[in-house]
Amino acid sequence: MGGNVIVTKDIHKVYRLGDTEVHALRGVSIDIKEGEFVSIMGASGSGKSTFMNIIGCLDKPTSGNYYLDGSKVSEMDKDSLADIRNRKIGFVFQSFNLLARTTAAENVELPMIYNGTPSRTRVRLAYDALSKVGLGGREKHYPSQLSGGQQQRVAIARAIVNDPSIILADEPTGNLDTVMSSEIMEIFRSLNDQGKTIIIITHEHDIAENAERTIVFKDGSITDEKSKDGRGVRAARTVET
Amino acid sequence: MNFLAALKVSSRAIRSNKVRSILTTLGIIIGVAAVISLVSLTQGANRMIEEQLTSLGGKSLFISPGKRGVGVQENAINLTSDDADAIRKLDVVEYVSPMIDAPEQVVWGNRNWFTVVVGTSPDFVFINDWYPDAGVFFNNEDVAKTENVCVLGRTVVSNLFGYRDPVGLTVRIGKDSFRVIGVMGTLGQTSGGRDQDDVALIPYTTFQKRILGTDTLESISVSVGSPGDIPAAESLIKLVLRERHKLDKNEEDNFYIKSQMGVIDRIFAISNIMTVLLGSIASISLVVGGIGIMNIMLVSVGERTKEIGIRMAVGAKGKDIMMQFLIEAVLLSLTGGVIGIAAGVLGSRIGSSFTGWKSVISPESILVSFCFAALIGIFFGIYPARKASKLDPIEALRYE
Repeated sequence: MGGNVIVTKDIHKVYRLGDTEVHALRGVSIDIKEGEFVSIMGASGSGKSTFMNIIGCLDKPTSGNYYLDGSKVSEMDKDSLADIRNRKIGFVFQSFNLLARTTAAENVELPMIYNGTPSRTRVRLAYDALSKVGLGGREKHYPSQLSGGQQQRVAIARAIVNDPSIILADEPTGNLDTVMSSEIMEIFRSLNDQGKTIIIITHEHDIAENAERTIVFKDGSITDEKSKDGRGVRAARTVET
Repeated sequence: MNFLAALKVSSRAIRSNKVRSILTTLGIIIGVAAVISLVSLTQGANRMIEEQLTSLGGKSLFISPGKRGVGVQENAINLTSDDADAIRKLDVVEYVSPMIDAPEQVVWGNRNWFTVVVGTSPDFVFINDWYPDAGVFFNNEDVAKTENVCVLGRTVVSNLFGYRDPVGLTVRIGKDSFRVIGVMGTLGQTSGGRDQDDVALIPYTTFQKRILGTDTLESISVSVGSPGDIPAAESLIKLVLRERHKLDKNEEDNFYIKSQMGVIDRIFAISNIMTVLLGSIASISLVVGGIGIMNIMLVSVGERTKEIGIRMAVGAKGKDIMMQFLIEAVLLSLTGGVIGIAAGVLGSRIGSSFTGWKSVISPESILVSFCFAALIGIFFGIYPARKASKLDPIEALRYE
């Protein structure tokens, strides 16, 4: 395995809702190595989604530093963040977030539209990505013609089509039944085997067990962190505030 | 995002909401059609006014010897045939006819009639838009050969010949015999009560040789291609005549040029005001159409917040989103513009068939309204597009 691909140092995130301040993250420091499979658990409101948004470059921390591939993301402007989302990160969401009235292949093409890939290459890569997630032959189907599991696979194809090193999945199986969930997790495992760093937010322990490492959030801090092989449940690396 | 991909995305969005897109463009269609048809109709009306002015002598200039506003002038220099020839060489000038007139007795058989004999050239008919009814007018050859031919006015004919056709007969004017080769159409009286048909027209060279005995002229009538050419013609003729008359810089003109310019100017000013007025009223509907586009774009941005969030999550920058919505707005307004131009052309055809006015559809007015439609799309599209591009990706993704 390579070095650390994600490094956060004492990240805080404060939202202002009217007069009250909501402290969503209270000093989160974490290292994630290249090729790791990490699951993040925690009750709702524990800050795990906020943390995911920051790692995914959709949001910026109020204070603290975030390094992705060695570059300091927490100081970048919006356009650079958009570039990073495009090239280095693939998102998979609980509600799939596919464009309706747009075919599977065109949905998968979407990230490539924003990095200047020529049209012909876009189509070829989209078909490749769809066949990787087992949807060869359904390129022209619209999301409404596909089952939930198939839609999520289209979303995964979209996440991997630009060949990013990191895949962030926010409860990817939350809307799926058990059979479909295990199919989706199978895809994530094989992507991990190909060397991709995978971070999954989940409520379900059996989903989290797919990961080599599980991080538990509570009240904006990491309270627990353990490796799958059970070797040494490390003390939580929280920074008290 | 490259332009072509953006164009594809935008046109798909427009097509996926057909009824709404058509209703939105309707505002622009009506606006552009109104501008084109109203402007073309008023321009057609202008053209008609121009034609009317032409028949009123709106294209002609009148050059007389002497100083302006001075009655009988001693030692006033005379205009000559050479002056007329020099004026004829100017490009701006279309027709030139030298003019000399004198009261003379016209005699046929035992009848005689006292009328005005006018010496002129064949250009006379074009300058005055007055043509022979029977027979022909004399031609340049007749002028060159100082032929004794004449064309009579209706009043002269009825007094000398009654209902007889005079063409081919010979009359005596002064001491000389003239062959009648034509009869002019009826003009009637001037507003001042003078009978314009009481005239006998002969070549000016014949007049100079038989009646006058010199090669001087009393005046020169000139006409130009359109009333707009009058000022240029006036100053050019002035230049030519001053040079020919060898006048110093500080010497006054020894001739003067009359035209209907003052009246014409005022009439054109009025018709231009009408064009601008009607055009701006029509433009208001174009602006209203633009507001319709802005409205529907704002609704569209609101509805597609989630889509914008997804696009941003996979790497769309603010400017990509902006471009997508701006192209959509411009596409809507341009579609409206093209359909509106077609509707406007059709509308002005129908309008001109009802009013009997000519409709003048200039390529400029089509180009201008096309560009104007594009500008409306950009102007009213920018605000919604900016709003879309400024969305926060997380909130946009959360939007249901």
